[in-house]
Amino acid sequence: MDKMPKWADVVLIPLISLCLALIVSGFVVLAIGEDPIRAISIMVNGALSSTNKIGYTLYYATNYMFTGLAVAVAFHARMFNIGGEGQAAISGVGVAVVLLAFDWPHWTIALPFAILGGGLFGAIWAAIPAYLQARRDSHIVITTIMFNYIAAAMMGFLLNGILKNPNSQVAESVNFPAGAHLPTIHEMLAPLGIGFSKSAPANVSFLLALFCAWLVWFLLWRTRLGYAIRAFGHSPHAASYAGISAFKITMIAMIISGALAGMLSINVVMGEQERLIQFFVEGAGFVGIAVALMGRNHPIGIILAALLFGMLAQGGFELQFEYPEISKEMVLVIQGTIILFTGALDYMVRKPVEKIFARLREGQS
Amino acid sequence: MTLMQKFLGAAATMALTAGIAAADPAIIFDLGGKFDKSFNEAAFAGATRWAEETGGSFREIELTSEAQREQALRRFAEGGFNPVVMTGFSFASVLDAVAPDYPDTKFAVIDVNWLDQPNVRGVGFAEQEGSYLVGIAAAMASKSGTVSFIGGMDVPLIQAFACGYVQGVKSVNPDLVVIQNMTGTTPAAWNDPVKGGELTKAQIGQGSDVVYAAAGGTGVGVLQTAADENILSIGVDSNQNHLFPGKVLTSMMKRVDNAVYEAFTQGVDMETGNFTMNVANGGVDYALDDNNAEIFTAEIKTAVDAAKAAISDGSISVHDYRADNTCPVK
Repeated sequence: MDKMPKWADVVLIPLISLCLALIVSGFVVLAIGEDPIRAISIMVNGALSSTNKIGYTLYYATNYMFTGLAVAVAFHARMFNIGGEGQAAISGVGVAVVLLAFDWPHWTIALPFAILGGGLFGAIWAAIPAYLQARRDSHIVITTIMFNYIAAAMMGFLLNGILKNPNSQVAESVNFPAGAHLPTIHEMLAPLGIGFSKSAPANVSFLLALFCAWLVWFLLWRTRLGYAIRAFGHSPHAASYAGISAFKITMIAMIISGALAGMLSINVVMGEQERLIQFFVEGAGFVGIAVALMGRNHPIGIILAALLFGMLAQGGFELQFEYPEISKEMVLVIQGTIILFTGALDYMVRKPVEKIFARLREGQS
Repeated sequence: MTLMQKFLGAAATMALTAGIAAADPAIIFDLGGKFDKSFNEAAFAGATRWAEETGGSFREIELTSEAQREQALRRFAEGGFNPVVMTGFSFASVLDAVAPDYPDTKFAVIDVNWLDQPNVRGVGFAEQEGSYLVGIAAAMASKSGTVSFIGGMDVPLIQAFACGYVQGVKSVNPDLVVIQNMTGTTPAAWNDPVKGGELTKAQIGQGSDVVYAAAGGTGVGVLQTAADENILSIGVDSNQNHLFPGKVLTSMMKRVDNAVYEAFTQGVDMETGNFTMNVANGGVDYALDDNNAEIFTAEIKTAVDAAKAAISDGSISVHDYRADNTCPVK
């Protein structure tokens, strides 16, 4: 069964994939006549070299953790939730409605209600495709994609209508009350005497994301429901023979998935923007698919993959900033290559590595 | 992940060599991207013209995420760039919060003219006035009595284009019919030439013979279809007459390039405050060149120029949709 040790599976293979991706992107950079070593070092520096940059990296990583976990939970029940984008967008409405409803005295009181509001809206947006799948057999991939568009249109309608800030030309809500301000990492570390950049957007949601990762692990591998979800994912027929209701699992898995995607708006809408804007998800719902793939649908893997994708997002910005000859599109090529190698081409690396380990083992015995 | 961390740590120790020259201007392009054939591209053209004429250099960045707005502003301000120009009204809230932190840096923002900061120059455009002018041209060039409008994304700014256009058309003849369509509700609506073409065909089916596109990249599809179907079209933002010579009646020019050029030219001594670029100061205008000289008749020119003069001296006031989010005419 074990073709190679666990550490090779978790560390070595992603690392080899990453190196291959860097080599390929290096050639692409070389092909347009620029210096690949400089480009890569700017990207890495740009993601990690100061607390400000780390703050941005963690901010993006937080988003990707939420959406990655959302995809993973659905995936364990053998459903491909492509709708993270729309679920997160709609959850922003939930967060905004909750935060605008009262003049919140303190974030510790506001946060649980915002989580409820965002989670509920995200869950509802996922529950409709789930119901259509469970009762009407409408394929969840198709319906969740369509719901992304409906969500985008709905956001436009709400933010140009009842939620619009009347004093602004932009489609955005009014600012949330000051009491709903989530502490940034700067504010969290300052009392401990640790300096952290003031303008970086990373906030307490990062801890929420780590907690959600633990929660997902606990749910999937330590509870009856999690067992039912995984059993259903492995074999729907066997699961239904064992008395697990397909309807129930489909609904519950998607509702959890939608609620997790909805947590993204705690980070972005409540933590960073402090008002509802129209396009705050910015593809994080789709990146979540790649994060879940690369993290092999396990919370630990998802945390690590999300950190890597966060570094790519922030490092890509710095690369464009510090190295103007490398355009936005070029940065996208580099990011895409890394995603391709670490996510989709996993098998290409896995097979040879497995062979090497098999040969080593033969040599030993 | 210790191996990976070691690897990253080693790479992180490599020194950065990017040199930063002091007091160069900088420009931040909005999420639409630098080459959108429209708004951002016009801003880029203005910056490039400044660089060519003065031999100076400028730094630029194209954003890919909302969180980068503040990040880019702070990076440029801390890097000593001055002035820092940004395109698009989405910068308004962020700039309002960031500008006080950098009192020695001047900021200029296009399409925003309501901020009150001592170091911010806001430049807005009276798009409704330019649209009014091309509306007159459309009404006079139409033979069928029906003209049409295709907007990009359904936002108040585009409604202002539409409203100005309708007012211009109705000023010629209140009985003319104006068909209005918006391409969509997401930013994809700015870059969907196929849908632009389909909407144009639908409008032709309803009798339109002049179509005005205020839809960014989508407009290229509108102009293309109009030329194929042999009706007239009106371009937007830049002078698009040359795209289909003899088929594009005129273009409503929004001189974003001039606004950027002006900000760069004034440099660190840039005058701050809020400015509106309108018909009177040449900020919005219609385009007349060799490509449309034949179709843009002397009769039309006389009428449009008369309206231009009347708007400039205040005897015609074109309603701005954004003032009260309604349009007096349909």
